[in-house]
Amino acid sequence: MNTEVIIVGGGIIGCAAAYNLAKNGVSVLVLEGSENIGNGGSTRNGGGVRQSGRDPRELPLVMYAIKNIWPNLSDMLETNVEYYQEGNLRLGSTPEHQKILEGLTARAAACGLDVKMISGDEARAINPYLSDAVTCASWCPTDGHANPLTATMGYYKMARRLGAHFISDEKVTELRKIKGKVRQVITASGNVYEADTIILAAGYESRFIADTVGIDIPMQPVLLETLVTEAVAPMFWQMLGTAAADFYGHQTEHGSFVFGLNSGLEPYAKPGKPVSSSIAASAACRGIMNYFPSLKNIKVVRTWAGWMDSCADHVPVISTVDEVPGLILACGFTGHGFGIAPAVGLVLSQLAMGQETAVDLSALRYNRFN
Amino acid sequence: MNDRNRMLAPFVPQPDDDIIVCRCEEITKGEIRRAVHDGMFTLTEIRRYLRTGMGLCQGQTCTKLVKGIVARELGVRPDALEPATGRAPMRPIEMRILAQDKEDAE
Repeated sequence: MNTEVIIVGGGIIGCAAAYNLAKNGVSVLVLEGSENIGNGGSTRNGGGVRQSGRDPRELPLVMYAIKNIWPNLSDMLETNVEYYQEGNLRLGSTPEHQKILEGLTARAAACGLDVKMISGDEARAINPYLSDAVTCASWCPTDGHANPLTATMGYYKMARRLGAHFISDEKVTELRKIKGKVRQVITASGNVYEADTIILAAGYESRFIADTVGIDIPMQPVLLETLVTEAVAPMFWQMLGTAAADFYGHQTEHGSFVFGLNSGLEPYAKPGKPVSSSIAASAACRGIMNYFPSLKNIKVVRTWAGWMDSCADHVPVISTVDEVPGLILACGFTGHGFGIAPAVGLVLSQLAMGQETAVDLSALRYNRFN
Repeated sequence: MNDRNRMLAPFVPQPDDDIIVCRCEEITKGEIRRAVHDGMFTLTEIRRYLRTGMGLCQGQTCTKLVKGIVARELGVRPDALEPATGRAPMRPIEMRILAQDKEDAE
């Protein structure tokens, strides 16, 4: 089978790239290793569409997405992605927390982001459900959140409708060069697919696949855990985080609360299928109730876990590769790929079409670790 | 290998498309059938796209019904479809209860 572009990985990055390529009339084939589209972090993350707290190197991507794509994404994908731009509160309760938040705020403000430190009372004026334990916060009014499940499946749906070809349960094991240029994609089932350009967006698995053409990206799999509660009447729309990073989350349009968890043991989780630990949800509930006592009677309905591809310097690799012409890498998103995904999908399509990218990617090159 | 380009019979509206199948999340038969035609070929994808089986009962009521509808739309046997993953806790549990896993918790 021969197409112009093959995308390895059917997560939100791959689906968004496929959508942008198909919209431009480029023939594109997406190969997903698991049975389900969006099976990795794409549908397992906490839904943050956040600029505050971002590394300056990937900040331009999310600022571009928030300015140009997120506000119209539901219409574009004919899917309700439940995007709310009602600000981000990062909460603290100790002098140490204040110091962490001041550092994050100063770095983001230096990049031109509208973010500032506020007092506990100012935070309570924004969100009246906050307890008196909160003594300081950072406030970024242009941050928000969206639904990772419908955004991922929406990109898939529209890419497919525009003619992108998807094959799932087709695990890529090897890339092969022909005449010095990457050309063939070989799968575990023995199938061989050919394309002029190959985009590798397979999360942590990208490491093994890139290795077959002699490229290594330093990343490790790290577990992330999340919970969702029953639906209740709307209380607030801000995205929440904490200086201690013990939880983050928001209330969804559906009425449920989605909270990301952090027990500290995530980097040491058992390899294999991602499994929720027995301690993370309980630990997070204590942290959540400390800052939001009125949530104590809300019922937790589900918990889940997922692997992130944690890069050595905590920002992704979005890059062509000098030694392997035709290859484009998009991996190492380190657990914050969702908010930038619409912009990443766009710039990947521009790289594949040989166009200038909408956002400068020079800080995200593959060879920055040397 | 699951080629998502395979042709399904065209979507034809049915008189009972308005019937609610997932009661917790109020998802209708028509929405589930439409989702299959939008490319949601697995029960996990249907769930992520529509929220079926992710409400208070965790799919204890509708899982079989959804499976039957999706299988019919795809033209496959229901047992050819992998069930979606069950998630802890098995019953909804208040945060203040879940928080008490430590012996010294108040």
